[in-house]
Order: sequence, then structure tokens, then C-alpha cells
Amino acid sequence: MRPLPLNHPTTLSRWLLSTPALVILLLAASGPLLIVLVYSFLSPGPYGGVVWEFSTEGWFQVFFSRDIFDDSVGPAYAHWSIFWRSVRLALLTTLFAALLGFPTAWFIATRPAGTRELWLFLVTIPFWTNLVIRTFAIQEVIRNQGLINSVLLNIGLINQPIQMLYTDFAILVGMTYVFLPLMVLPLYASMDKLDGRLLEAAYDLYASRMRVLWHIILPLVKPGFIAGSILVFIPAIGAYVTPRILGGGRHLMLGNLIELQFGQGRNWPLGAALALTLLVIVLVALLVYIRLVMRDPEREHG
Amino acid sequence: MARRTFALNRLPGFALIAGITFFLLYLPILTLVVFSFNAEASMSIWGGLSLDWYRAAFTNRTVQEVSLRSLVIAVSAASVATTVATLAALATTRTAAFRGQTLIYALIHQPLMVPEIVTGVALLIFFAMIKVYTGYTGLAYLIAAHSAFCIPFAYLPIRARLQTMDITLERAAADLYATPLQTFRRITLPLLMPGILAGFMLAFVISLDTVVITELVKSAGQDTLATYMLGQMRRAVTPEMYAISTLFLLLSIVAVSVFFLLSRQRVG
Repeated sequence: MRPLPLNHPTTLSRWLLSTPALVILLLAASGPLLIVLVYSFLSPGPYGGVVWEFSTEGWFQVFFSRDIFDDSVGPAYAHWSIFWRSVRLALLTTLFAALLGFPTAWFIATRPAGTRELWLFLVTIPFWTNLVIRTFAIQEVIRNQGLINSVLLNIGLINQPIQMLYTDFAILVGMTYVFLPLMVLPLYASMDKLDGRLLEAAYDLYASRMRVLWHIILPLVKPGFIAGSILVFIPAIGAYVTPRILGGGRHLMLGNLIELQFGQGRNWPLGAALALTLLVIVLVALLVYIRLVMRDPEREHG
Repeated sequence: MARRTFALNRLPGFALIAGITFFLLYLPILTLVVFSFNAEASMSIWGGLSLDWYRAAFTNRTVQEVSLRSLVIAVSAASVATTVATLAALATTRTAAFRGQTLIYALIHQPLMVPEIVTGVALLIFFAMIKVYTGYTGLAYLIAAHSAFCIPFAYLPIRARLQTMDITLERAAADLYATPLQTFRRITLPLLMPGILAGFMLAFVISLDTVVITELVKSAGQDTLATYMLGQMRRAVTPEMYAISTLFLLLSIVAVSVFFLLSRQRVG
């Protein structure tokens, strides 16, 4: 048989075939991350940009602030409150996505085989719609002249519109809405593989529905939960569009704080240090995820 | 095997919550669609069906300009991403483990792991350096950024298709003295085509959706439809935006439907 370079590539030709993709990724994705690291240790330029002088001020400002009068050092309360809001809202988004996503995925998994794909398709359609448009849609539903307030005012249930837009609540609703499909899909995948005979066995042995749910279904779909949680948590902690539109400039999240440093803030080193802080949070979440996935499931149930 | 319908399939309340979820998923989108046809610019008054907002959107020069730019970027980026992802998928699929494979995987999937705002900031800094050196401020920066971001999305469906393809046909062609290039063009490529098109569609939709990176990387006057809408949201909302959203939604649904149909096709 003659050689087939494109089907039986040698290690060298595999690398050659991968080269164009790797070059683009190194130039426009991975490589620039190293430049961010360098920039986080430089001094800010007067009109944005940097001055090439080594400084740890950017990293210092992530967590601490100096009093302008007596130079005393204290915690950067504004930053800490934004960190706290980001982590809290990302965790709550994951929780609500799980609470809505689990029954939804179960519903889809228990449909007749022919219609499951259609239900899945219905879950994914909003997901492939532009993020700005989906967030805009939420804004139109909850703003003071929006759908909910208009309906409530028209039927006379309220006299004053309820202020929902520009609150943490609005951001939470928006993020749950935009990231929900990321929870449903992995949950569905894990339920699809579930052995129905296990449930029947438990049921035959007089386990109640809640006990079957708690002791059999939940442990078996745990991988789906873990995967879904990481898929929701990562974009939620780094969210920019949703808090910008629904938070209204006062309820900032980490993503908005980072962007601010490259705009009005004109403090690129601080922005670079904040971006790397976000990256570290994401890496920690990924490490926790890997630990959870790698843990031997047999030993746990033994 | 006839499976007994299991009572647990109807866990109490689950169908209800699922119903609520689907309702909530579609309520906001349908709100935009419905009110894009409202003659009145208000949500509390229904002034009858009207296409005025669509007419306004179509005749708005800025909207025309940013839509065209979005399409140019999306088609260019999806083409680049799909081409290089196809080569990378051929190199990394249907093979035993090889040296550096994990590194290639990690690089390809990196845009999925790193938050968009971090990638955006990194590109902002890097491209600002290049702009100073070269003076070039054209669309190539956005196309490069979108291409890199779209590579994993193009790669995954192509790889999935390759994994289901039987290598015997290509072996047979080679046995019959087809050159490697002939084998690729006559056998591998046609069989792989649905995967490649599916990857292209996904990359295209993702490029249209990429707003954070675009917002940070774009130079003055390089708004795409997504960043234009993001900017408009600070001002008063007009139903013209509903019309634009509805058209955008339609485009995404068509692209995703094509993607689903293509990726469902069986080999052979």
C-alpha cells in the first residue's frame, strides 16, 4: 500500500497541517495573553497606553488603594465590592440555571425518541441568537415602560412601574436567561445515557419518587451538572454585555471594570492586572472542575 | 424491547417547570418580534400592524453600513477558520496519540476557556502595538481576531464528521494507485463536505455574535451590527431596533437550521 499523507500523517506532517491554525491562534489568541502579563507590570501613560517603566502599581491597585492626602494604604473597597458582585452573581446564575435546567433537560430526555431533537433545537435557537439582542430583549421585558410593567399597569395591578432594570436582580435574570442552554445541553447528554432499568429497579423496591430522584438520578447525572456549571460559571464571571445593558453603569461587574481601564480610566496596567485576576479565577474554577471529573466515581459509590 | 412507561418519567412538577422554562426562553424574543410590527412606538398601545419600522431600518444608512461590515467580517473569518480547522482536524483525528497532540488541542480550544473580555483586552494591547509600527488600521485586525475565536467552533463539527468516516474507502483508492492528492479530492473531501459546511455555518454565527472582542478591537468607524446595537442601547430605544433584531434573529435561525441539517447527515 502506498503512503497517504492526509490520512496517515507522520508526526511532522501532522504539525505542518496544524500550523496555519496554530499560527492564527498564537497571534490572535494565546500570544497576546503574554503581552497582557508584561503590561500589568508597566506604568500607565498619560493618555492611555503605557510607559515602559517597571511598576507593581497596577497589581497593587487591584486590591489596595492609597489615601490621596496621607498616603496610607487601605483596601480598594470599590474593587472588592465589584469582585464580590461578580462571584455572587456568577454563582447565583449557575444555581438558577441548574434549578430551571434540570427539570427541562429531564423533560426533553423523557420525550419520545423522535421529538427529542426538536426540543433540543428549541433550547439552542435562543442560544445562537446574538447576545446583544437577547439582553436587549430582556431589557424590553423588564424596563419601566416594558412588557411586564405595561401589562401590570394596564390591568390596574400597580399604579407605579416596578423598577427592575439597572439592578443586580436584572443582571441575574439576564445572565440566567442567556446562559441557561449551556446548563441544559450537558445535563441532557448525561440523562440520555442513563439506564432506565436502574430507576425501575428502585421503583419496584418501593423507593419513593423523591428517594429515586435523590439517590439514583442525581448521582448519575452529576457529571452533567458539573460540566453545565463550569460552562455557565465561566462566561458569567467574565460577563460584560449583560451587566453593561441591564446594570446601567452603576452595577459593574469585573468585565466592565476591566474595560473601563482601557477607556475613561486610562490605566492600562491596572486593566491588564484585573484581566489576569479574572483569568486566575477562571483557571481555579477549571482546576476544581478537572478534580471533580477525575475523581473515580466507582470508589464514591462503593 | 418494549419499555414500560415508567412513572418516574413524570416527576411531579417537572413538566410544569420545563414549560415555564420554554415560555421564559421565548417570551423576550417574541416580544421583540411582535412589537416590531406595532404601528405605535409603545408597548402599552397596539396601533395595528405596520412595516414602518422595517422600512426605517432598511433606509437607515448607518444600519446598512454596519450590516455589510458584519457580513464581510463573518464570511471572511468563517472562511479562514474553516480552512485552517479542516487541515488541523485532518491532522489530529483518526490517529494514534502523537507528540504534542495535547498542546495542539489546548491551543485550539483556548478561545473556549478564556473569557472573551480577557482575549479582547489582550488583542487591544497587541493590535495597538502593531498599529503604531505599521500605521495600518483596516478591517484585517477584526478579521484576524474573529478567525482565531471561530477556529474551535469550526473544528468541532469537522472533527466529529471525520471520526465517523470509514478510512477503508481512502485505503482502497490508494491501493488503486490514486495519488494522495487525488484520494483527498475525490474521496476524503466529498465525504467530509457536510462537516466542513456545518463548521462554516457555526463559525459564521459565532462571528456575528462576537461583540466583546469587536468592541475592544475595532478602530473608529468600524462598528458591526452587534456593537452598533450595543451603543444604541444607551440612547432611547425605538421599535426600529426591534425590526433589526427580528431580521438578525431570522438570519441566525436559518444558519443554525442549516448547521443542524448538515450535521445530522449520515456518512455514505
